[in-house]
Amino acid sequence: MLKILKYSFYDLMRSRWSYVYFVFYLILGFVLLFLNNDVDKAVITLMNIIIVLTPLIGTIFGVMYYYNSREFTELLLAQPIKRRKIFIGQYLGISISLSLSLVLGLGIPFIAYGLFRSTAIFDFGLLLVVGSFLNFIFVALSYNIALSTENKIKGFGYAILMWLFFAVVYDGVFLISLVLFNDYPLDKFSLITTMLNPIDLSRILILLKLDISALLGYTGAVFRKFFGTNIGMFLSMSVLICWILIPVFTMNKKLKKKDF
Amino acid sequence: MIEFKNLHKRFGKLTVLDGLDLAIDKGGIFAILGPNGSGKTTLIKCLLGMVIPNKGEILFNDQSVLRKWNYRNNLNYLPQIANFPPNLTVSELIKMVKNLRPKEANESEMIQLFGLEPFLSKKLGNLSGGTKQKVNILLTFMFDSEIIILDEPTTGLDPIALIHLKELIQKEKSKGKTILITTHIMSVVDELADEIVFLLDGKIYFKGSIEALKTQTQNNNLEHAIANLISKQYA
Repeated sequence: MLKILKYSFYDLMRSRWSYVYFVFYLILGFVLLFLNNDVDKAVITLMNIIIVLTPLIGTIFGVMYYYNSREFTELLLAQPIKRRKIFIGQYLGISISLSLSLVLGLGIPFIAYGLFRSTAIFDFGLLLVVGSFLNFIFVALSYNIALSTENKIKGFGYAILMWLFFAVVYDGVFLISLVLFNDYPLDKFSLITTMLNPIDLSRILILLKLDISALLGYTGAVFRKFFGTNIGMFLSMSVLICWILIPVFTMNKKLKKKDF
Repeated sequence: MIEFKNLHKRFGKLTVLDGLDLAIDKGGIFAILGPNGSGKTTLIKCLLGMVIPNKGEILFNDQSVLRKWNYRNNLNYLPQIANFPPNLTVSELIKMVKNLRPKEANESEMIQLFGLEPFLSKKLGNLSGGTKQKVNILLTFMFDSEIIILDEPTTGLDPIALIHLKELIQKEKSKGKTILITTHIMSVVDELADEIVFLLDGKIYFKGSIEALKTQTQNNNLEHAIANLISKQYA
């Protein structure tokens, strides 16, 4: 597995797209920090970008890598290795190289800015952790879609729809249901719904670390009470980990029956 | 040595293998032939564990191979389409495949035979189709295994490489290896094969030597003899 991981990682680290992705974050980091002197605001802007962009890029990279390396995967399948190891290796290779682009691309401008001496280091660290989590989650989800769809175009379509659902549609449905069921107590409902979408969960996790969460009003207080505590933090991290483990588990199950 | 017993495989509504029985003895070159879509590649992929049969059993040296993986150390496979990670170099790829198998490899001989030295440090994405196929062949033949499976090995090769490939196959045969080839090029079959396995409708329609096939179809030309077999399907 480590061998497959190593070579997938090498292959991806040399691809032009990894550099484009890395340079994009690099420029973004420098521009936001040096043209705008408020670190808090920079973190919020970055959060808004990361929370939408990392899932999208993870999804696209995941499907693209699967379909492009299909013939090579066949060659690997003919070698004396377990199926599972090949795919887990590829999956980790993609996720780690994407997370590296993110962490280095944003980390370098922040170090240049002198972040280690500021108090924003924790907010920023959380941002990177959450971004990496989103990478791992969405690459796993997209690998599941790619594994169950033979047709490349369809696979791409489903993957993009999946992203659209989590990034946009889910929030819409959530808001509508909040309005519709306004007469009922909704604090538990909204807590649980937020937990079930990795993008929403990441957003709330970061927002609550920032001062602007005071503006969230009553619901904000509920969230703050829950996520602000150690248990809340621990629980949200576990949910994020589940969001990685469950797709990896279903991927494994699909692999056992799959014909190549 | 290899035994397929009552093998069934369906892809959705399409039945590809329908109760296929086949025994292949040790040593010699076996050509697996059949019209397009007759299940040649599926049969091979079943043996490799890439396609999981709906029913049936596959034995390799009297041991079942289904859901196992370590028997593949004794198998060399040349896939139909050569497509490699575009950003790795040829030598990195060779190193990787060597890394994956607990076996000695003699790649330097092959590199020389196919004149691949100038390409070793090139990225695989920049190679031509024929050169990729040479790399593909190198990856297959650099290990010493009992069984060699070649799926359309001649695609995209120039005449010299083709001659080298044929020599290579003959050489492996003389070492007592078992070689399975699928191809549509009859001259290759005529030149190399000891035995022909003809697939039709998911079953073995004919198995025997080239001579036996020619007498059975009363045709002296192999190409026509095979065409004769296939035409029965369209009749």
